[in-house]
Amino acid sequence: MIKDRYDVVIIGSGPGGLAAAITARQNGAQDVLIIERDLEPGGILLQCIHNGFGVEIFKQDLPGPSYAQRFINEAKSVGVDWLMDTMVLDVTPDRRILAMGKHSGMVEVQAKAVVMAMGCRERTRAQIRLPGARPAGVYTAGTAQRWVNVEGYMPGKQFVILGSGDIGMIMARRLTFEGAKVERVLEIMPYLTGLTRNYVQCLLDNDIPLQLRHTVKRIIGRKRVEAIESVMVDERWQPIPGTEEIIPCDTLLLSVGLIPENELSRKAGVNLDPITGGPFVDDGFQTNVPGIFSAGNVVHVYDLVDWVTEAGRTAGKRAALYAQGKLPPDNKRVQLKAAENVRYVVPHTMNSVSLTEGDVRLQMRVRQPIEEPVWVEVRSGDKLVARKGEPYARPGEMVTMTLTAKHYEDVQHANELTVAVIKR
Amino acid sequence: MEETVKVICITCPKGCTLDVTREGETIVKVANGCKRGHEYVRAELTDPRRMVATTVRVRGGIHPLLPIATSAPFPKPRIPELLAEIRKLEIEAPVTMGQVVLSNALGTGIDLIASRDMQSDSAHT
Repeated sequence: MIKDRYDVVIIGSGPGGLAAAITARQNGAQDVLIIERDLEPGGILLQCIHNGFGVEIFKQDLPGPSYAQRFINEAKSVGVDWLMDTMVLDVTPDRRILAMGKHSGMVEVQAKAVVMAMGCRERTRAQIRLPGARPAGVYTAGTAQRWVNVEGYMPGKQFVILGSGDIGMIMARRLTFEGAKVERVLEIMPYLTGLTRNYVQCLLDNDIPLQLRHTVKRIIGRKRVEAIESVMVDERWQPIPGTEEIIPCDTLLLSVGLIPENELSRKAGVNLDPITGGPFVDDGFQTNVPGIFSAGNVVHVYDLVDWVTEAGRTAGKRAALYAQGKLPPDNKRVQLKAAENVRYVVPHTMNSVSLTEGDVRLQMRVRQPIEEPVWVEVRSGDKLVARKGEPYARPGEMVTMTLTAKHYEDVQHANELTVAVIKR
Repeated sequence: MEETVKVICITCPKGCTLDVTREGETIVKVANGCKRGHEYVRAELTDPRRMVATTVRVRGGIHPLLPIATSAPFPKPRIPELLAEIRKLEIEAPVTMGQVVLSNALGTGIDLIASRDMQSDSAHT
């Protein structure tokens, strides 16, 4: 039975939402409700049947569904309420939540704290402006992944994949395992955008050719995709005439990036960072709207699920404390600013008091790849607050920097901290 | 006659390229990479193995397919044979995560394990 008041309501039951729910219960939230639009909890992990999850948190190499199952089981054991197959329609700034579902009907609940954990969505054909006809057979890689791995449909027999991100390469292997022919993976950038090991075990192992600096010029076919025309591009992504090639295929998969899904956050009055596409957050993942927290890919797109879990834990704990009126006073907020070669830093602000309670992990992406040793530096004005070395820095791989109790003094006296990633 | 081959290590997300010098079947020298990488190279050049994750048909479950994975890295050249074997299987819901779906696959001593619980359809509300 669903109550009409909760300490903490969590929207989304992927890894961020599940971790937030468990941690909220462990930190004194009396009642926690998870609202999920799918029929069962777990989120996108349920369709990510490949291994590679949990290496950081469990020191084990788990398939996606197993990683999710562990947290589903734990959430059940700590006791949370579930509202499945239910879509949240609205969240107000004073945390009233309106949702509906076939079985749950119209539901309205009041939360003392909310954790937004809606994850992200894939970029589609319209968002990359692919020219040509509009036949059936053009899908995002994640949609195809759900059909093949969960629902049991093969979306085609002969594939071209646009984008060398991890989902695209993993689908290339998966489709080959299921008997399809993957003709080509095309990547517009001059480098692989996913992990090198996926290039080896997904593409090389299955003899699937990868072409860098290539994109789709045109989709051919009336009712169904019959072929695509690929083309090489120059440094400014302009097609180079004379390099076109017609590649026969019946399906084109797009693996061209992910965008945090924040329609509900906007309705709740949450301010979004135009660079990440997610909310501006503090070190407890609280947004500008008091009592509304945010966790996981809805904030910014992570590389590893383990870090999503960690973000969910932080948000869940702070949400529970907020609901109990136990959150430490927000005495002074220090701005965190991206400096040289850093595109963005999450969180956007932090409270020095947080360092007396535990570490604060800064997460960032670099602008330009540096294939030699780098320093990750945190400064307050000219003063160096913290520094660590990394063997290299690449835009595709998130860089992290942990501030600890020993940085408390410096952070307390700062108004603004800048973060840079520079050559050593 | 010594020869040098390049092997990309897949042990961790770093993806180092290792230069391996070998004489026939004997590895003489491995440059770059860490200790785990050197172990990987030795295995990769003699007995390459991969974790295999796929699905198997399930009867009476809330989904038509159950995700499964090998209990250990599986000999790479025999993966197509393994997939063909799995295609012949159909199992019965409910299933619990960790349940053995196929034991000692192709006589390798490696099992296929359910990656999640799968409730039966009637139990689903």
